[in-house]
Amino acid sequence: MSTTVSELKAKGVPFVNNEPSKVTYLNHENTVASWLLTLDHKRIGVMYLISMTFMFLLGGIFAGIIRAELITPKGDMLSSDFYNKTFTAHGVIMVFFVLIPAVPASLGNFIMPLMLGAKDVAFPRLNLMSWYLYVIGAVFTLLAMLLGGVDTGWTFYTPLSSTYSNGNVMVVAAGLFILGFSSILTGLNFIVTIHRMRAPGLTWFRLPLFVWALYATSIIQLLGTPVIAITLSLLGLERVLGVGIFDPRLGGDPILFQHLFWFYSHPAVYIMILPPLGVASELVTTFSRKPIFGYQMIAGSSLAIAIFSFIVWAHHMFTSGISPYAAMFFSLLTFSVAIPSGIKVFTWLGTMWRGSIVNDSPMWFAYGFIGLFTIGGLTGLFLSTLGTDIHLHDTYFVVAHFHYVMVGGAIVGLMGGLHFWWPKMFGRMYNEPLAKLSAFFVFAGFNLTFFPQFLLGYLGMPRRYHEYPAEMQVMNVFSTAGALVLGLGYIMPMIYLTYAAFWGPKASKNPWGATTLDWTATDSPPTPHNFEGQPVVTEEPYHYKSTENKEHALAH
Amino acid sequence: MHTDTKVTGHSGQVQAGGHDVGHGHASDLAHHFENHYQQHEAGNLGMWMFLSTEVLFFGGMFGAYTVYRYKFEKVFEQASNILDPLLGGINTIILLFSSVTMALAVRSAQQGKGKAIVGWMAATIIFGLAFLGVKAFEWKHDFAIHVFPTKDFCWSYAREMHKTHQHPEYKPNAPAKFYEEDAKNPESKQGKLFFFLYFTMTGLHGLHMIIGFGIMAVIMVYAWNGYYTKNYFVPVESVGLYWHFVDLVWIFLYPLLYLLGAHLASH
Ligand SMILES: [Cu+2]
Repeated sequence: MSTTVSELKAKGVPFVNNEPSKVTYLNHENTVASWLLTLDHKRIGVMYLISMTFMFLLGGIFAGIIRAELITPKGDMLSSDFYNKTFTAHGVIMVFFVLIPAVPASLGNFIMPLMLGAKDVAFPRLNLMSWYLYVIGAVFTLLAMLLGGVDTGWTFYTPLSSTYSNGNVMVVAAGLFILGFSSILTGLNFIVTIHRMRAPGLTWFRLPLFVWALYATSIIQLLGTPVIAITLSLLGLERVLGVGIFDPRLGGDPILFQHLFWFYSHPAVYIMILPPLGVASELVTTFSRKPIFGYQMIAGSSLAIAIFSFIVWAHHMFTSGISPYAAMFFSLLTFSVAIPSGIKVFTWLGTMWRGSIVNDSPMWFAYGFIGLFTIGGLTGLFLSTLGTDIHLHDTYFVVAHFHYVMVGGAIVGLMGGLHFWWPKMFGRMYNEPLAKLSAFFVFAGFNLTFFPQFLLGYLGMPRRYHEYPAEMQVMNVFSTAGALVLGLGYIMPMIYLTYAAFWGPKASKNPWGATTLDWTATDSPPTPHNFEGQPVVTEEPYHYKSTENKEHALAH
Repeated sequence: MHTDTKVTGHSGQVQAGGHDVGHGHASDLAHHFENHYQQHEAGNLGMWMFLSTEVLFFGGMFGAYTVYRYKFEKVFEQASNILDPLLGGINTIILLFSSVTMALAVRSAQQGKGKAIVGWMAATIIFGLAFLGVKAFEWKHDFAIHVFPTKDFCWSYAREMHKTHQHPEYKPNAPAKFYEEDAKNPESKQGKLFFFLYFTMTGLHGLHMIIGFGIMAVIMVYAWNGYYTKNYFVPVESVGLYWHFVDLVWIFLYPLLYLLGAHLASH
């Protein structure tokens, strides 16, 4: 059995790998074309990571502008129109180009085939195509921003987006339509890969939980995304033909747009959060040195969340004028999502309990993730309660809630996963103290930014305005200050991880002593075809021996 | 331990001689698959997954249709009556025949008969073109009676033409008095919604057929050159599934759009 970096260091064992350089997926070809035309899931994962980081920086700049405007109660920095365009740009970029593909397209692409013992995903060409669709979708969207932007918010509600907005809406809609197919193809590819490309002996209940999470995510991508595609198409046709499919003046129904929009966009939240939940399961068991508690419950809860996600969408519409009976129904169903979510949190705690916890930096991110996800999840219950939702709807409470889930969840989960798998992806270690500092900044900065927004929302500060009553300034200043700390926590890893990828000390094959195929059967970084032969699996995924075996392991 | 090469269990024993990279592979087996069975099953499942996406893609429109059909029941029946169920019926039969020929193309692929694939697919395309021909004929009439949902859409004119069994030539606008009538009648907007859905749904369906023609054309070239073997014919099978799906969409569209309400009663 393996041990961790810190334990090895304590024993004076060098954790760096001093063997001469081997042929890896990174160095076997070096031309630009060999990257842009690659069919290798690992390279495609890295390309996704780079393009998403670029979009994340852009979206982050827009977030910074929003927070700067909100330092003062008066709308003195931006016009209300420009402010609308800024938060729309922030929302569209972050939701569609960062959060949704965040973990599946980057880490999922890179790690999942390794976990399965496969040489690649089932359809490598489709995989590359989905990256290009992502880039084309991004180009369209950024073009619309350059042409003067869109002021509808990321939700594109009609008739604002159909009757009262400029034509840039069409450009963004086209971009998102194209992007949607990128997401669909990734989901399709993953489902087929998980069904058909597993190594001999790798039965469903021997799959690492990250794979289960990606499987559940892929189902949503496959079944949810086409609905937003057709909805945006109908919106476009409405604008082009002048038919009022969502326009009440012409017999149409704007509520129908909201139904169709949220039929995708609620499940989309789970496209963002399920993969980081899977990452958290990997981190918690690895760094607790203990088999995960309730493996089948966690796997099942991922599927349950995917299924529930399709039948709760109207909780976004309690104040939109839907039938009160429908509202009660959707409220009840929304509450039930708390069950599989709670299962996850409790199984992680159960795993840590009496584990031999190793506090390496990925685990720090996992702690942050669990805390933020729990707060985000629990505040969701306030919003799924019909009575309180009427008070809280469209306030900063909602903003805080979904940032806790989508950023505290998806982004912190992504960061944890990146710190965990970075040695695998690039074969080099990063600076551990800096990583811990970043984890701390992210957690502290995040809470400082968004916790005051719960209070502001409860006091009634509406979202999407560039001004607010003077008595709300203190909390807003806290929030902006938090955003600076949070920004620092994001920028740091971009620097030290990039540095580490090129110049960090070389990592061994399995620096964390993990037990899944991605660590035990491949080199760091992997060879172009991942494995020397076909790995065979004979055990459950997390066969960590309990504490007493550790001395024995070190003695090897 | 991590520097140890001896690993067990989930840690992945390496199966000796199972597979040597790049060598001993048949040319019709992609490098990342272990065998033809795995490759075939992956391609097949991939197509089924794609079709499930398609179901939801059309599903959004069927959802919108259901909402407005429920809200504007009477007008939707009147609008449906304007369409010709006989032409729609003929088209249904044509498409069913095209599915038969497509099934035979897949059968030929399973038997490894490349040239037969080409023949059956050509037949499929001919049936498909016949369908689109009938559709074009219908659409021409639809344009002439101004039910295409743009600015010159005219509900009362279309109703009038239908009642009196007229087949006018297309003119840019219907006579002015019909537009005045439309302006007074809120039902004209509801009729316009029906025809919006009709043209979008049948248009999207037609687009899928045309995409199918393109894929079939490529496959026919490969098939003619003997590219497909008994071991490798996933593309043929996949386009077959796709075609049956497109056919099936029509099986739903036909009753929803053409057979709504009692054609006999509301004339
Ligand atoms: Cu929701």
